[in-house]
Amino acid sequence: MSAPALNLSRDVDGDFHAAALRRDHWRERLGQAALAAPALLLVGVMVLLPVGWLFGLSFQDDAGAPSLEHYRRMLAEPSYGRTFRTTFEISLATTAICILLGYPLAYFLSQLPRRAANLCMIAVLLPFWTSLLVRTYAWLVLLQRSGLINTWGMDLGLWSEPLQLVHNVGGTLIGMVHIMLPFLVLPLYSTMRGIDGDLLRAASSLGSTPAHGFWSVFFPLSLPGLAAGSALVFVLCLGFYVTPAMLGGGKVTMVSNRIANDIELFFNWGAASALGVVLLAITLVVLVLAARLSRGAGLFGGGH
Amino acid sequence: MGNALPIAVRHLSKAYGAVSVLDDVDLDVRPGEFLTLLGPSGSGKTTLLMAIAGFLRPDKGSIRFGEQEVVRLAPHKREIGMVFQNYALFPHMSVARNIGFPLRLRRVPAPEIARRVEAALEMFQLGGYGERSITQLSGGQRQRVALARAIVFEPRIILMDEPLSALDKQLRERMQIELRQLHDRLGTTTVYVTHDQREALTMSDRIAVLDRGRIARIDAPRAIYDHPGSRFVAEFIGESSFLDVEVTDGICRAAGSVVRAPHVPVARGRCVMMLRPERLRILDGSESEAMNRFDGTVQSAIYQGDTLLLQIVLADGSPVTLRMATRGDDAPPPAGGSPIAVGIAVGDTVLLADEGRTAA
Repeated sequence: MSAPALNLSRDVDGDFHAAALRRDHWRERLGQAALAAPALLLVGVMVLLPVGWLFGLSFQDDAGAPSLEHYRRMLAEPSYGRTFRTTFEISLATTAICILLGYPLAYFLSQLPRRAANLCMIAVLLPFWTSLLVRTYAWLVLLQRSGLINTWGMDLGLWSEPLQLVHNVGGTLIGMVHIMLPFLVLPLYSTMRGIDGDLLRAASSLGSTPAHGFWSVFFPLSLPGLAAGSALVFVLCLGFYVTPAMLGGGKVTMVSNRIANDIELFFNWGAASALGVVLLAITLVVLVLAARLSRGAGLFGGGH
Repeated sequence: MGNALPIAVRHLSKAYGAVSVLDDVDLDVRPGEFLTLLGPSGSGKTTLLMAIAGFLRPDKGSIRFGEQEVVRLAPHKREIGMVFQNYALFPHMSVARNIGFPLRLRRVPAPEIARRVEAALEMFQLGGYGERSITQLSGGQRQRVALARAIVFEPRIILMDEPLSALDKQLRERMQIELRQLHDRLGTTTVYVTHDQREALTMSDRIAVLDRGRIARIDAPRAIYDHPGSRFVAEFIGESSFLDVEVTDGICRAAGSVVRAPHVPVARGRCVMMLRPERLRILDGSESEAMNRFDGTVQSAIYQGDTLLLQIVLADGSPVTLRMATRGDDAPPPAGGSPIAVGIAVGDTVLLADEGRTAA
């Protein structure tokens, strides 16, 4: 088979394929954009439209006329302020406990050989694979007045009256920390894994004790992962519904419980929407701040 | 600076399960010496360095810096300046804070730290880079910062683990010279790890060639290159072709020729002849020294700018390589397929016992 002869003279007086090459370029771009179209459509229909609709509802009174009534009520009624305060306190406390428990855990995992770390990671991730509802019920079973912990505690003579372990802030925190911990450990672990062991060896050869090496080198370099994980946990806590509803026993009212009440009990879509809008705004502010703090790291994509 | 401390390693062993990575190693580094540990990957060279640095706990053995036994001493108490393969610069600190790190640890007063960091920056042509972030530096600059940080606190010993392997060829060759000059100026005992034999030859006072956790040979570069002592070392350092040699009644035959050599390792049987490409010459009858002569056929000629490589097949089919310097007025190289007579001076002929072990 002979190769087709190149006919250069044909193009010498033309534009050397410039127009055709440009066309190819745009066709390729269009093809790539088409791949993203289904996802974009889904986001548009399932996210943007409902959020826009809620946004609209929140600025209407019950008759459908434009009004700031719902927002005014939120400022005027102290119960709303309490709800937001509870939400923030519970979220902050959950995040703080997750950091205290999660940082040493992630550190321990990051120092293990990779195979062992992967096995341990399965243990961390196991809760992810069971239903949130099941896990929360399990805590209920463990913590209630006649639950395992109270029974054992009293059998062992540690305390004589059943302790109030659930249907309060403490029970809510236990459940939330348990569910949120993997969200903190995962980004933190991957950041810690990325810290070059030679850096600590270098610090050591230059005269650092192991503790000094940790605080001067390892800890600062793990901060982006810590910021990403903490932001993730905090934001997820802000909108958490199931666990506070079940383990809080009506004593812990977070914003999402309030939203549910507004809709289920009072059919007040406008008030619920306004709460949703405010929560969304706060969440965005937290995310932007966290992105600033952990610039270029972890959760928010990007390199070093 | 008087930091000329000898290192004495005795009976150092380390095994992972059944795999012995250091096998009863004895090593003496002389005061002020630049010693290179050279070997293929898995030979134990990095393990040995890490044991000297204190990052790896050996199974047994002794390591002494001068009079001090350090084998159980924590790494941060060993006063070693270490340069790592990937530089290991702290990415969250500026250049100046990186270099000042060991000084701050030693509670040197701030003005003195500033002065010494500035002096180190000047010394490594990094003047004005003190406030830069590490990520803004090129590979060569990072290398210099790593060096500055390793020597600024005047360590007793300097250890380097393939510090130039991430640099491109030109920069690497320039840094080799700079490192050697730095060593000549400081006079600090230095142990250097590399797998690059040319780098080892360029920089070292002595080279220790490691093979499977043992030191196969330790000597000055020239002595090792000219008299490697074993086929493994000969293959690992420099290029060579090898010819099988048959020894009977004191007469050596290789590739159909009778050869002579200053030293014959066996009385009878087989050994190998090492042919360095640049020691092999095309014979034209004008040679004044005694030569071992081989006839063969040119297979190909490869022009490499400074040198010309001739791939030659000898009468018995053995391939050999001949390297000659090029000049502007060279005659065209012999064409492929043409017959050729090549030879090596008897004085340059090295016969090695064939231990059946190759570096490859």
